[in-house]
Amino acid sequence: MNLVVTPGWYMTLAAVLFALGALGILIRRNALVMFMCIELMLNAVNLTFVAAGRALGSLDGQLAVFFVLVVAAAEVVVGLAIIVAIFRRRQSASVDELSELAG
Amino acid sequence: MVELIVFVLMGGATLAGAITVIKARNPVYAAIGLLGTLFAVAVLYVVQLAHFVAAVQVIVYAGAVLTLFLFVIMLIGVDKEEDQSETIPHQRRLAAALGLVAIGIAAVLVARGQFAWVPIAAGPADPQATNGTVQALAEPMFTDWVLAFEATALLLTIAAAGTIALASFRRPRADTRAERAGR
Amino acid sequence: MITELLWLLIALPLASAVFLHFVGRRIGEPRAGYLATLAVGGSFALGLGAALPFFRGGAHGVTVTIWEWMPAIGASFEISWDPLSALMTLIITGVGALIHLYAVGYMHGEERFSRFFVYLNLFVASMLTLVLAGNFAMLFLGWELVGLCSFLLISFYWTRPSANAAGKKAFIVNRIGDLGFLVGLMLIFTSFSTLSYAGVFERASAVLSPGAATAISLLILVGAAGKSAQIPLYVWLPDAMEGPTPVSALIHAATMVTAGVYVIARCAVIFELSPIAGPVVATVGAATALWAATIALAQRDIKRVLAYSTISQLGYMFLAVGAAGHVAGVFHLMTHAFFKALLFLGAGSVIHGMDNEQDMEKMGGLRKAMPITAATMLVGTVAISGIPPLAGFWSKDEILGVAFARGGWFSLLWIVGLVTALVTAFYMTRQFVLVFLGQPRWDGEVHPHESPRTMTVPLLALAGLSLVGGLFNTPFRTALEHFLEPSFELVELAHPPAGLGMFVLLAGLSTMAGLAGVAAAFLAYNRPAELWARFEAAFGRLWGLWSRGYRVDDVYGATLVKPGLRLAEDAAFRFDLPVIDGAVNGIGRLVRAVAARSRGVQSGFVRSYGVLFAAGTIAVIAWMTLRGA
Repeated sequence: MNLVVTPGWYMTLAAVLFALGALGILIRRNALVMFMCIELMLNAVNLTFVAAGRALGSLDGQLAVFFVLVVAAAEVVVGLAIIVAIFRRRQSASVDELSELAG
Repeated sequence: MVELIVFVLMGGATLAGAITVIKARNPVYAAIGLLGTLFAVAVLYVVQLAHFVAAVQVIVYAGAVLTLFLFVIMLIGVDKEEDQSETIPHQRRLAAALGLVAIGIAAVLVARGQFAWVPIAAGPADPQATNGTVQALAEPMFTDWVLAFEATALLLTIAAAGTIALASFRRPRADTRAERAGR
Repeated sequence: MITELLWLLIALPLASAVFLHFVGRRIGEPRAGYLATLAVGGSFALGLGAALPFFRGGAHGVTVTIWEWMPAIGASFEISWDPLSALMTLIITGVGALIHLYAVGYMHGEERFSRFFVYLNLFVASMLTLVLAGNFAMLFLGWELVGLCSFLLISFYWTRPSANAAGKKAFIVNRIGDLGFLVGLMLIFTSFSTLSYAGVFERASAVLSPGAATAISLLILVGAAGKSAQIPLYVWLPDAMEGPTPVSALIHAATMVTAGVYVIARCAVIFELSPIAGPVVATVGAATALWAATIALAQRDIKRVLAYSTISQLGYMFLAVGAAGHVAGVFHLMTHAFFKALLFLGAGSVIHGMDNEQDMEKMGGLRKAMPITAATMLVGTVAISGIPPLAGFWSKDEILGVAFARGGWFSLLWIVGLVTALVTAFYMTRQFVLVFLGQPRWDGEVHPHESPRTMTVPLLALAGLSLVGGLFNTPFRTALEHFLEPSFELVELAHPPAGLGMFVLLAGLSTMAGLAGVAAAFLAYNRPAELWARFEAAFGRLWGLWSRGYRVDDVYGATLVKPGLRLAEDAAFRFDLPVIDGAVNGIGRLVRAVAARSRGVQSGFVRSYGVLFAAGTIAVIAWMTLRGA
């Protein structure tokens, strides 16, 4: 077999990973698991960045990944703090219970 | 050749981890699945010569973020299995439909050959140009992108401060007493 | 130089009205009334001064533009000062000032005293706008304003439903006339492309075909019939007696109702160009004169007799202007203003003295209690009956003379006029006998007394004018005709037959008719009350018809008012309410319903929102990629 793994393959993989993450958000009720799915999506984006950087011959892709990583970390920290604060109030981590803004 | 094998293996691991995250009933299993995905993605970075990023991925993402996740799971005590039935009507069907539509679009694009990145996805002109060593990354980061770098530092500080504020927020005396009594 | 001050004629009463509107209450009676009287008197003095050139003779009219309103269509605030408008101004302000003075006494104790004078002054200003207008637009403005003031004054005692109804009736019937008038004005505009008198009258003979002239003339007649209470639009005037008596005197006797006559005289050029308009006007006038006179015979209310009398005398004026005897018509307008205002003010004096009693059958023998009123009312009665040498004789005789001289169809109208003179003398004498002669018929609670000086002085003044006013235009010295000549330059005026013999013949006939009427009424009514019924019974069903005004109001009510009300009700309740309100409410309900359904989208569930996000994103991506972007 003479298949070459092109950056396109990586991007496809990243797309699938992203879709799985999106699916997970729509399906899961547990706030923490939803957060993990968000991390999945972020990873998919990072993978795309690296692959694209490689395809275009520039290091900017990897730089972008670096920053995304940092921001994702910060975001996780704050998000988990919020979840903990909510959990203190209601003893449940289900997002379906947070429906007070209903019309 | 090597790359192909690694890609297949690690790609499979990524997807397996992702599916675990989606489907596991116990959030701890979901966290483990995420861990697997993160590691597999790190390997994929290495294959693409993004060494520094791979290291940071393992250290920060798998090492800190995931650990934090696990801590919180344990802290708020949802490490038990939970009910997987769907409460919102049509939710699963809609999600599935959306997924199918997305795949359909992708298929149409493939068939039409309209993926814009296909031509450039043929392979790098100079594979060593994107060798992501620490040195190579540090140069642009501390010259062209130093402002962004400092901004992220600021961001981290703010995040830390905000988290501390959130965590130490207590409601007025009477309610917490009731809360404690209710427990 | 004085022409630059002409705008003051209108401005003085108008300013007084505005002033009294804001400050009147604080000034209080009687000062508010005196101020109002002074304003009108000032206009009279100014008018007198400005009319001097016309008295001397030979002067032509001037037009003074005050403000360019709509120059493109020939409408500006311009005053046309010629002998005709000068004469009208003097009548309006002169008689008006006397009536204002009278009202100070009559309205004593009225809570809305100053408001009354605001309306009166506003009326005088509006009427002056009408007669001083130099173009049809300003004329129409004044026309409508006097209608408004009439409405305000008729329903002055608005706590009385009958007063409100009368005011509405006056306004609505006037409006019907105004519709015809307005269409006539539109025709004038399409024919002449301007509305100014100068542009219209001088070119009339060149521009108008007989058909167009006829159309315009008849339409103007419709308007004039509404304003001057001719058949078929006279029904508002008797009901207008609901207003205070000074109002009846000023508006519904001396001035507003003469607006129709004035307009026809003004537009004499146009009427002349039409072969049938003149006869039509004259016929309407003569018919109305006789019709109204017969109704007046059987009325019991002292003011309603005078109301129908006014309608009848206006008919005479229409007869005159229809027969191209414009000077005769205007002359009768003037003398009628004198004696009719006198009669109304006298009636007001009686009502005032009799504690607001208006039924003549409850009066009688008042000559002893109210001598000045009785004497002046006698003068007025004799004047209107056409007995020489009082004013009414000269003017009425000139009208009859003109009709006689025209011949043909007009001879028939002359006979009608003669008969009407007899009937007029009869019902006026009847009124005098019932009120002032014979034995008292009132009950003990009423204590009739003479009226205060503010009321009797105007009575005396008007009586004097009724005595000598006829001498303004006798066949021996046609002073008024010379005065008015410049205004009627473009028109061929009709005159009574020349020669002393014809004059004596015609005068003798009309005087005999008048005396016959007087004698008959005296014989019939100067007796105990029970014997009247026998006299009235002689007329059988006719008397009942007369007392009910031939039941014209009933006819109008059944044929016009009831269907109109039905139409209004249907429109309101069967169309507007379900359809329009329903549509509007329906839209509201629709919005509510849609909102109620749509509310479900905001379930509060993050995951539902997530689905929407995803769907939207996929849609955008699909659109972007699939169209090749």
